[in-house]
Amino acid sequence: MSQHVNPVEPFLRMERMPHIWCPGCGIGTVVNCFVRALLKTQVDIDKVSVVSGIGCTGRIAGYFRADSFHTTHGRSIPFATGLKMANPELSVWNFSGDGDLIAIGGNHFIHAARRNADLKVVCVNNFTYGMTGGQVAPTAPLHSLATTAPYGAFERPFNLPFLADSSGAVYVARWTTFHVRQLVKSMEEIMHKPGFCFIEVIAPCPTAYLRRNRLGDGLEAMRHYKQSSKVVHGADTRSVDIELGGPIVVGKFVDRDRPTTLEAMRDELHKSLGDKYVPYPTGVQR
Amino acid sequence: MEKRIGIEASIAIAEAVGLCDADVVAAYPITPQTHIVEHLSEMVADGHLDAAFVPVESEHSAMSVCCGTSAAGARTFTATSSQGLALMHEILYIASALRLPIVMSVANRAISGPINIWNDHSDVMVERDVGWVQIFCENGQEAVDLTIWAFRLAEDPRVSLPIMVNFDGFIVSHMVEPLFMPDREMVKAFLPPFKPLQRLDIDNPISMGPVGIPDIFTEAKQVQQHLLTQAYQPIVETLGEFAKVFKRQYKPVETYRGDDADVLLLTMGAIGETAMTAVDQRRAKGDKVGLVRLRLWRPFPFEDLFRALGRIPVLGVIDRCISFGGPVGPVACEVKGALYGRKDHPLVVEFVAGLGGRDVTVTDFDKMFDALFEAKRSGKVPAPVLVGLRE
Repeated sequence: MSQHVNPVEPFLRMERMPHIWCPGCGIGTVVNCFVRALLKTQVDIDKVSVVSGIGCTGRIAGYFRADSFHTTHGRSIPFATGLKMANPELSVWNFSGDGDLIAIGGNHFIHAARRNADLKVVCVNNFTYGMTGGQVAPTAPLHSLATTAPYGAFERPFNLPFLADSSGAVYVARWTTFHVRQLVKSMEEIMHKPGFCFIEVIAPCPTAYLRRNRLGDGLEAMRHYKQSSKVVHGADTRSVDIELGGPIVVGKFVDRDRPTTLEAMRDELHKSLGDKYVPYPTGVQR
Repeated sequence: MEKRIGIEASIAIAEAVGLCDADVVAAYPITPQTHIVEHLSEMVADGHLDAAFVPVESEHSAMSVCCGTSAAGARTFTATSSQGLALMHEILYIASALRLPIVMSVANRAISGPINIWNDHSDVMVERDVGWVQIFCENGQEAVDLTIWAFRLAEDPRVSLPIMVNFDGFIVSHMVEPLFMPDREMVKAFLPPFKPLQRLDIDNPISMGPVGIPDIFTEAKQVQQHLLTQAYQPIVETLGEFAKVFKRQYKPVETYRGDDADVLLLTMGAIGETAMTAVDQRRAKGDKVGLVRLRLWRPFPFEDLFRALGRIPVLGVIDRCISFGGPVGPVACEVKGALYGRKDHPLVVEFVAGLGGRDVTVTDFDKMFDALFEAKRSGKVPAPVLVGLRE
């Protein structure tokens, strides 16, 4: 019996299946890649925590068989920050949609990157608010259609890798749900990398985005990702804007080191207090 | 002429906002309110409504934008639910303190956790004290009518306060029902152009929202208390004028077959309609039961409530929310507070029903009436009842 179990299954709360994601949705692919990365890096699942906010991607925390927390809209990063600060041994993974992470939670995103909170942040970017039915999001490409932009979005969207890079993230990559191997590799790379690591995953929302924009179904999106993606490792993040139906620059854009919040705090306080300083949390070596 | 059409309440509410010629709509998506602002954004995009639609990044921003546009003298509308209303919380106080006549639809929905997108009143009950006029609707027609009325009342110079029009999420918001859609001429006759009491104006500069030092803070709060209490009279007047134009009369407190009743049940919102069916069934069996439907929540309509209750010996109050660790139901607590010190006040039996979208059926009301008759017989008030609780 056991040899027929899908290797992903032990990482999922199977009692909660079937999931709510639509056929052709990209979120399941992201979960799948995360499991592959966990299997390859052989990390102790008891030391992994999954945090997510509200929306379709927010459901990951509910389906994933790890210590997980489904927070309110936009607040996954502050919750994850607290979790990591209180228990630095945990590898804290934050899965959020673009609406959750960049709109209502945008302030938290830039500040966590600025202070280099030791978090792994995966943004499933489908360019819309999927769960509420496809309203215009701050990632919606110019001229794309949404229920609240019936003749096309006219506000300039965020370029997420540039936002993360300029805010101070130590690792920034972008893949699409077509690039499963590369996505797994990126997830492996940040598994043990300290600091604010950000991966944007361009994902199809056939129901609320593709259909409205006459971009076909999930399979069509895969074709588009395959044909229009261009791998440029180390690309200048200022140059990776996404236009409607246009090319998608993917790759690892940023990989650098700087002290995490905790390390910076320890260093600063040690400088001031010398031996009187008891590193937080107690027992951790500088 | 009004036409009777079949339409989803959310769409009809958006159309009503359009008829009122709102200048600005700022909103963030949240279930089950979203259809209202989606339709408004279409109306704006199609040129059917000459307004600015602002797709903000959170409800906190939505209410902040509303304060800004209202302060500039624009007729302003937004809509929200649940967590969205909670996120607006701190700005709600600002809107009322600055006397900004914003109209907001609230499609009532439970507050997390656990996460729940379905209907109850736990979102609005925590906003009781924000200084807004607050009114409840039972169906789509009322939601349409009271949205139009809300602009009139909010902008009445005697009031100049923001107003929340509450209706039950999904149960009302998503219901396709036959309703009379007011026409533009009627709305024009009822709703004069917006003349702000005060606004930010380059030629006549004023400062809004400065610090209120201890020397004046108490007085500022007293002004708010006075204004909201005194809003009662304009509320009754404008509802009367609404009835003249649209031939539909709304009152702060409504009753149903209450005149000769032995026991009364108090409801707020859509469950009042199911309760009426339950009342009819009990009446057919010879039981004298009746309903009190509390429509106006702030300012609290004390005298209307007393008139509706008459000398009833037993009153059941249904809450759609729990005040944890406190008096169980916020509405029951309010009603009991209103009755305190009055001669021959009724026994008040508290029910909490329909939390997080659980249906409240005719059978449930039947059981509540049974409990009220039992209280009348024994003279004892039972502990608060969570209707339909599974053990």
